[in-house]
Amino acid sequence: MEIGLGHYLTVGAILFAIGTCGIFINRKNVIIILMSIELMLLAVNINFVAFSQFLGDLVGQVFAFMVLTVAAAEAAIGLAILVTFFRNRGDISVDHANMMKN
Amino acid sequence: MTFAALAFWVFAVSTIGFGLIVIFARNPVHSVLCLITAFISVAGLFVLMGAEYLAFLLVIVYVGAVAVLFLFVVMMLDVDFTELKSGLAEYLPYGLVVAIAILVNVGLIVAAWQFPDDAELARQHPYVAAGETGLATGAPTNAEALGLLLYTDYVHYFQIAGMILLVAMIGAIILTFRERTGVKKQDVTRQTNRTREEAVDVVSVPTGKGI
Repeated sequence: MEIGLGHYLTVGAILFAIGTCGIFINRKNVIIILMSIELMLLAVNINFVAFSQFLGDLVGQVFAFMVLTVAAAEAAIGLAILVTFFRNRGDISVDHANMMKN
Repeated sequence: MTFAALAFWVFAVSTIGFGLIVIFARNPVHSVLCLITAFISVAGLFVLMGAEYLAFLLVIVYVGAVAVLFLFVVMMLDVDFTELKSGLAEYLPYGLVVAIAILVNVGLIVAAWQFPDDAELARQHPYVAAGETGLATGAPTNAEALGLLLYTDYVHYFQIAGMILLVAMIGAIILTFRERTGVKKQDVTRQTNRTREEAVDVVSVPTGKGI
């Protein structure tokens, strides 16, 4: 069977759905939420590269490169915030992240 | 079934399988390790699609830096993860509903989508197309073609990407930096400003007595 664009897009769609599901079922654990976001960005990258390949246009890969950059920056900042939050509160539960509420 | 098709199925199944373990694993360390494996599988998919440069960038940036950063934070933070995991059964239905909704939406798009008639226009980019790289002798490789594009038409975006990384680096350092008091630390200014008078104490010791 010839592997076409649809196969890659399906993998991307399933990975994106897994990432979304991960945010919901791990909504107390910030670390897994960050990992789910990384999975979703990875799924987006699969779509960009697949379209870039099958349309024969390299600009999609340039955009995937930008997504990769932003994902790396987001992971670094997110984990830094997490470390600071843990240092201040002693845990990383999302339910306890309501310091600014009042 | 050709070897490329076989490789696609192996990488696709391992990507999705390890992605599922990432969100369902009880131990976050297992989650991070499966995230690393999922990234490597996607890098394999990228190689199959002919995007070698992005594939190796994915391995270097994600596996080498981001995933290790995750591992570092997971192991450094002393958190009771069983307590954080407690709401899994409670939220699973919501997660599944949203995931299936997204899957159906995107599935409909993928099933109904076709290349438009003028898709040929997109192929008429002045630079070598991704699908053609490496086929003809003397044609630029994927990395070369991407470089030709990235350093000419998209040089400003490239610079902005560098600025984003710089800001992220400075932000991460400032967020986690902590000035601690009472720690023995080298103070170069104090060392170089030390004078002979305050450093050396001349004592005349009487013979046979000691100090």
